[in-house]
Amino acid sequence: MARSVLEVSDLVAGYEPGVPIVRGASIRVDEGEIVVVLGPNGAGKSSFIKAIAGLVPVTGGSVTLDGNAITALPAHQMVRRGLAFVPQTENVFPLMTVEDNLKVSGGVLAKADVPGRIAEMYRLFPDLEARRRTPAGNLSGGQRQMVAVARALMVRPRLLMLDEPSAGLSPKFVSMVFRMLADVRKAGVTILLVEQNAKAALAIGDRAYVLIEGRQAHEGPAASLWQDPVVAELYLGQRNHATARGEQP
Amino acid sequence: MTLQFLVDGLLSGSMIGLGAIGVTLTYSILRFSNFSHGDLMAWGTYATLVIFSGITALFGKVAPFAPLSFGWPLLIALAASMLVTGGLALLLDRVLFARLRARGQMIIVVMASFGASMALRSLLEFLFSSRPDYFSRAIQIAMPVGLGMRITPDQIALLALTLLLVVAVHLLMTHSQIGREMRAVSQNLALAKVVGIDVDRVVRFTWMIGGALACVAGVMIGILVQIRPLMGFDMLLPVFAAAILGGIGSIPGAVLGGLIIGISEAAAVQIIGAEWRAAVAFLILMAVLFVRPIGLFGVRER
Amino acid sequence: MEILTYAAFFLTTALIFAMITLGLNLQWGLTGLFNVGLAGFVAIGAYTSAILTTPDDPARIGGFDMPIIIGWLAAMLMAGAVAAVVGAATLRLKSDYLAITTFGVAVVVQLVALNAESLTGGPFGMGFIPRPMGSLAEQPLAFNLANLAFACGITLLLYLALEHLAQSPWGRVLKALREDEKAAAALGKSVRFFRIQAFAVGGAIMGLAGAVQAHFIGFIAPENYLPTLTFQIWTMLIVGGSGSNRGAVLGALIVWGIWAGSGTLVSALVPADYQARAAALQIVAIGVMLCVILLVRPSGLLGGKRS
Repeated sequence: MARSVLEVSDLVAGYEPGVPIVRGASIRVDEGEIVVVLGPNGAGKSSFIKAIAGLVPVTGGSVTLDGNAITALPAHQMVRRGLAFVPQTENVFPLMTVEDNLKVSGGVLAKADVPGRIAEMYRLFPDLEARRRTPAGNLSGGQRQMVAVARALMVRPRLLMLDEPSAGLSPKFVSMVFRMLADVRKAGVTILLVEQNAKAALAIGDRAYVLIEGRQAHEGPAASLWQDPVVAELYLGQRNHATARGEQP
Repeated sequence: MTLQFLVDGLLSGSMIGLGAIGVTLTYSILRFSNFSHGDLMAWGTYATLVIFSGITALFGKVAPFAPLSFGWPLLIALAASMLVTGGLALLLDRVLFARLRARGQMIIVVMASFGASMALRSLLEFLFSSRPDYFSRAIQIAMPVGLGMRITPDQIALLALTLLLVVAVHLLMTHSQIGREMRAVSQNLALAKVVGIDVDRVVRFTWMIGGALACVAGVMIGILVQIRPLMGFDMLLPVFAAAILGGIGSIPGAVLGGLIIGISEAAAVQIIGAEWRAAVAFLILMAVLFVRPIGLFGVRER
Repeated sequence: MEILTYAAFFLTTALIFAMITLGLNLQWGLTGLFNVGLAGFVAIGAYTSAILTTPDDPARIGGFDMPIIIGWLAAMLMAGAVAAVVGAATLRLKSDYLAITTFGVAVVVQLVALNAESLTGGPFGMGFIPRPMGSLAEQPLAFNLANLAFACGITLLLYLALEHLAQSPWGRVLKALREDEKAAAALGKSVRFFRIQAFAVGGAIMGLAGAVQAHFIGFIAPENYLPTLTFQIWTMLIVGGSGSNRGAVLGALIVWGIWAGSGTLVSALVPADYQARAAALQIVAIGVMLCVILLVRPSGLLGGKRS
C-alpha cells in the first residue's frame, strides 16, 4: 500500500464559534495521487481545504502531513511543513512581476536554492518565462493560474492543494489548467483538489470524495465514483443546479 | 519673484517626502492612516537632541565637519535615534494598534492613532516645554548657485542625505526579499500568509522603516528650522497630502508628492505670504480627491 | 451663592460640549463617519454667527448687528454646507480620506481665523458678541441660571430631534450601512447621498453649538478651536458610548467634569511657572484614557452593541 502523505480525521472548522461549516470530515491522500473533493455548492468544500491550509479556524479533529501533526498551524508555517496551497481567486500578487511572484514565495527556501527553482519552474511552464517581467495582474486567467501553481511548486511541496482551479475560467483555459495539473503530477507531485467541475476533475483524478453538509458522504476511485448510482444521482441533481449559475466564463 | 522658492521647496519637500514614505507604508501594509506619524518625527528629533547633548556633555564640544554646522556627534545621535524612533513605533503598535487591528475595525485604529498623537505630543511638551530648541546656533552663509538662488552647506548635505535614503528604500522595496514581502502583504494579506510570509515580521519592519525615516525628517526640520513639540503635528497635513497625491503605497509617488507640495508651498510663501502656507497642502489634497483620488502612481483598490 | 453660580456656568459649558458631541454621534455613532476636524466646524459656526450679529466695527468687515437667531441659522447653514462639500469629495472613497480631509478643514479654518484679520479679528478674536440673556448680565446668578436653562432647552431639543431621526427610516438605513463600508460603497449614489446628508446635519449641529457657545461667552478667538477641542469631544463620545445620544450627553458631562476638575487642581497646586507643563500632562492623561477605553471597553458607558 502506498504511503499516505496527508491524513485528515474528523476535522471540524468554521469562521464563527459554534457554527461549524466543516463538521467532521476525514480524507486521506497517498503519495503520488491526485485526490478530488467534490460536492454541491455550500457543502463546505472550500472551507474544508482552507481549514487544512490554516486559513479557517479549526475547532476539532486533526491534520497530519507525513505523520507530523500540522493541525491549525498558522497559515504561513504550512509552507515550511511542505503544504502548498493555491486559493481559488486572487491567487497571485497582481502588481508584482511573474518573477517577483516566484521569488517572494522562495522566501522559505535557502537563498542559493531560489534561482535554480525559478529556472525549474520556467522549464515546467515555458509560457511564464516569456512573461517574467509582466505584472501578474496583466496576464490572462489561465496564465495567472499557471503563476499560482508555479509559485506553489517553488518550495517543492509534499502536497499541492488547489481550491477550484477552474473557477471563472473559459472552457479553453479549463482544459489547459487540468492538463497542466496532470503534468505536474507526472513530475511527482501529490495533489489535493477541490472542484465544482466534476467531469474535468474526475478525468485526471485517482480517487475522489464527495462532501455534503460538511462531512464526506462517499469516497472511491475517480473512475467508478461516477458510476455509483447514489452518488451520480445525488451529485448530478445538485450539479445541474450548480452548473446553471456556476460555469459562466 | 526669484527662483529661491525652488531651493526652499526642494528642502521642505524632502522632509515632507520622507514623512510621506512612512505614512504610505503604514497605510498600504497595515491599512490605516497613522495620525501619530508626525509626532514620531518630533520624538525622533528630541531623542536625537538628548543623545546629541549627552555626547557633547561627555566629550565636550566637537568641531563640526568643515562647512557644515554639525559633526559626527549629531550623525551618531541621528543613527541611534532612528532606531529609538522605530522602536517607539513598534512599542505603540504592540500596546495599542496591533490589539485594535486584531478586532478588524480599522477606523478605530485611526482614532487610536489620533489619541496617541495627542498624548505623545503633550508628553513632549511636558518633558521639554513648548520653548523651541536648536541643534546649533551657528549661522551659515548661503552660497549663490546661480539664477538668483542661494543654498547653505547644511542644506546641500541634507538634500544629499534624502536622496541617499530614498534610493536605499526604493532598492530595498524592489530588490530585497523583505521588500518583496512588504509589497506582497500590501497587495494581498491572505495570500501573503499562504506563500509563507511571516506577516508579523513584515509589520515590525514597516514600523522600523517608517519610524527611522520620520526621525530623519524631524532632524532635518530641527537643523534647518527649529525643534518644537508641535513640529511634527504641523507636518501631518502636507505629509498626508503628499502620500495621497503620489498614490497610496507608492514610494516614488510619496517622494514626488512631497516635492510638489514643498515647492508649491514655497511658491505660495513668496507670492501670497508665509501665513497661508498650510492651506496649500489642503488645496492640493482637495484637488486630488476630486480629480484623481488614486493619485499619480496609485492603483485602484480592489 | 458663588458655588451655585459656578455650577450653573460649569453645566452650561458642559451642555454646549454635549451639543457638539451629539453632532459627532450622528456622524460617527450612527453613520460611522470619522471627523477628525470637528473643531473646524464648531469654529465656522461661531465665526459665522459672530460676524453677522456683532455691532458694526470699523476695524473689520462684518458686524451686521443682526438678530441672534439669524446668526445661529446661518451658523448651521455654513457649517452644514462645508460638511456637505467635504462629504461629497470623500465619501465615495475609503473612510481614511474623510478623516484626513476633515483634519485639513480644521487646519484651514484655524488659518483663516488667524490670518483673515479683516473678517475674523485675527489672533485677538472678536468681542461684543450679543448675549441671548444680556439684560440679566448684572446679576451673575440669574444670568448663569438663565443661560443654563437656555442650554438645557437647546440640548433637549437636539436630543429629541436626534432620537427621532435615529428611529426614522432614514436613521435605520444609516445604521445598516455603518457596519459594512464595502456594501455601502457598492450600493452607489443614493446611499452616498444618505451619508452626505448625515455628515452635513452633524456638521450643522456642531456649527450651532459653536455659535451658541460664542454667544454665551461673548468673545471668540482662534485658540478656542485647536485640535484639543476635537480630541476632547471624541473622548466624550467614546467615554459615553458612541451610538447612544444619552451616552453623548453623559460623556460630555463626565469628561468635562474630569477636565475642569483636574484643571482647577493644577492651578491650585502647581506653581505658576510649571502650569503650562502640567496642562500638557493633563492632555496626556486624557489621551491615554481615550486609548485605554478603546482597548478595554470600546462601547463606552452607554454604547450600543456593535458586532
